[in-house]
Amino acid sequence: MKEQDQERKKIISVKNLSKIYDMGAVKVHALRGIEMDIHEGEFTAIMGHSGSGKSTLLNILGCLDVPTEGKYYLDDADVSHLDKNQLARMRNRKIGFVFQTYNLLPRTSALENVELPLLYNPEIRRKERKERAMNTLELVGLTDWSEHFPNQLSGGQQQRVAIARALVNDPVIMLADEPTGNLDTRTSFGVMEIFQELNRKGITIALVTHEMDISKFATRNILFRDGRISKEIIIKNIKNAGEELKKLPPEDEEME
Amino acid sequence: MNLLNLFIIALRSLNKNKIRSLLTMLGIIIGVASVIAMLAIGQGSRDSIENQISGLGSNVIMVFPGATFRGGVATAAGSAQSLEMDDLEAIRANCPSVKYLSPVARSGGQIIAGSNNWNSSIRGVYNEYLDIRNIEVESGSRFSEMDEKRASKVCIIGQTVAENLFDEYTDPVGQRIRINKIPFTVIGLLKEKGQGAMGEDQDDIIYAPFSTVQRRMRGARQNIQQIFISAVSEEKIELASEEIDELLRTRKNISMYEDPPFHIRTQTEIVEMFTSTSNTMIVLLAGIASISLIVGGIGIMNIMLVSVTERTREIGLRMAVGARSKDILRQFLLEALLLSLLGGLIGAAFGILSSKLFVAIMGWPITVSSYSVVLAFSFAFIVGVFFGWYPARKAAMLIPMDALRYE
Repeated sequence: MKEQDQERKKIISVKNLSKIYDMGAVKVHALRGIEMDIHEGEFTAIMGHSGSGKSTLLNILGCLDVPTEGKYYLDDADVSHLDKNQLARMRNRKIGFVFQTYNLLPRTSALENVELPLLYNPEIRRKERKERAMNTLELVGLTDWSEHFPNQLSGGQQQRVAIARALVNDPVIMLADEPTGNLDTRTSFGVMEIFQELNRKGITIALVTHEMDISKFATRNILFRDGRISKEIIIKNIKNAGEELKKLPPEDEEME
Repeated sequence: MNLLNLFIIALRSLNKNKIRSLLTMLGIIIGVASVIAMLAIGQGSRDSIENQISGLGSNVIMVFPGATFRGGVATAAGSAQSLEMDDLEAIRANCPSVKYLSPVARSGGQIIAGSNNWNSSIRGVYNEYLDIRNIEVESGSRFSEMDEKRASKVCIIGQTVAENLFDEYTDPVGQRIRINKIPFTVIGLLKEKGQGAMGEDQDDIIYAPFSTVQRRMRGARQNIQQIFISAVSEEKIELASEEIDELLRTRKNISMYEDPPFHIRTQTEIVEMFTSTSNTMIVLLAGIASISLIVGGIGIMNIMLVSVTERTREIGLRMAVGARSKDILRQFLLEALLLSLLGGLIGAAFGILSSKLFVAIMGWPITVSSYSVVLAFSFAFIVGVFFGWYPARKAAMLIPMDALRYE
């Protein structure tokens, strides 16, 4: 595994990363000197209690925020000191986000929701945009639902639209913030099945969660505590979400 | 994001909240419509005043004798005996910018034709007077030179006079009437002229040769009550007025620094006097209407602020997937602008329509000028940008992380 890591490309490389929130009277150390790499093709689950700093890290990794100290290299580019517009560009070209609450635009079709990131890329013309959005929807199995509005879709379908939206710009890494937090076990597993499938196709994924059973579907777990990495586990016995889904009691019984 | 996409997004988001968008636009619609309607009413009344004053004649200059003071007590203006027939001839001979001129002798009294009688005013004028004041004779003839020389007892009567003296089957031309017991022959009937600038009936009038009225009715010889003059062209009105002033001052030995015993009024002055009042009215009306436009703008700002708050998560998401502050700013500004422009468009249509309605129903003189439409529309545009800027800026300044988690 270690040898393999060195051959693989580093998508994310974080050096001595710190984030301090200045709340006036008190300074909150959300992250204290994080060292971490994520290689191409990895499926990393970032775990921790609320306040452990995992969300802060995800924000920085997602170029939504900048570190107070330290370096962050994304796809070999130093992004620690970019300005707002440059960060927006990085998010648009390199990152795909999946949120706990899906954050789909209401009264906007699934297809148009997926198209959204490409709208902010002036290099992509209308025709290519439509094609790519349709292809990604196919990838998550929602071809037939492309013209439906979010309120006509189930929670799991909405999250799949959100996943498609995160993939449509062909990102170097997909970042997911508690993507199963709002879903029941069955649907959660279904979503994780998609993540695993995507990962098998070579997509690098980093996922923040506090659910143990969700983290077991990843290839690697990083545990956070008080702004530091407390533990790193390489999962040897990766569970298959598809098989776990089959082990669940049938839906009818669950309904009762 | 390119402009077309922005436009589509803005249009779509307005479309999602149809009723709200319409209500927001209502302020602008009413504002623009009222600006256009108010300007149309103001402009219309100004035009009609100008029309009526131009009914006075073409390039008219009037000369009156001044008031006299007897022991410090002023008599009525025009009562001084300071204008004489010689002055008239001197003006004709020495003022190159003068085209026509005519003295006016005023009288009035009882007019009798058969068993009918009517009371009207009689003006003694030269034949030229009809040219100065654009008075047309509908049937019959004008005065001849002999009429003036002989002080013939002939007259031309207005429509109102004719209606009151004769029944509709009688042709007034050739009829004999008596004015203050003096017998006259009607030689002409005036074309209808309608109301004058002060609402007076311009058809309730009798014209007779100047000498007839001056000598036979007023018993005067030299003194003239009023001189009507027309300048050769509109541009020459001022010049003609100056020429007359200079000539009369020389003849009466009055320096430039003294008040002369005569007054000269030009048509331009009268027009200016009236239009300045109606201009004040236009500014007032437009001012009131613009206030409603500004109130409409505040309505847009209000709704846009609500919209920004409501759509905080959408803004956060757009930023997370790569929208720059600039993109967000443009999106919301364009939405505000679309609201105000669409409102402006509908308002302009309403304004023009309601102006036409006023014309049709109330019979008000109304002129919709294209400049008022352009003015109202560009005002709506400015209001849109001005009041859309703050909410758009507020949206653009949101921090994506916070916006994404906004509840």
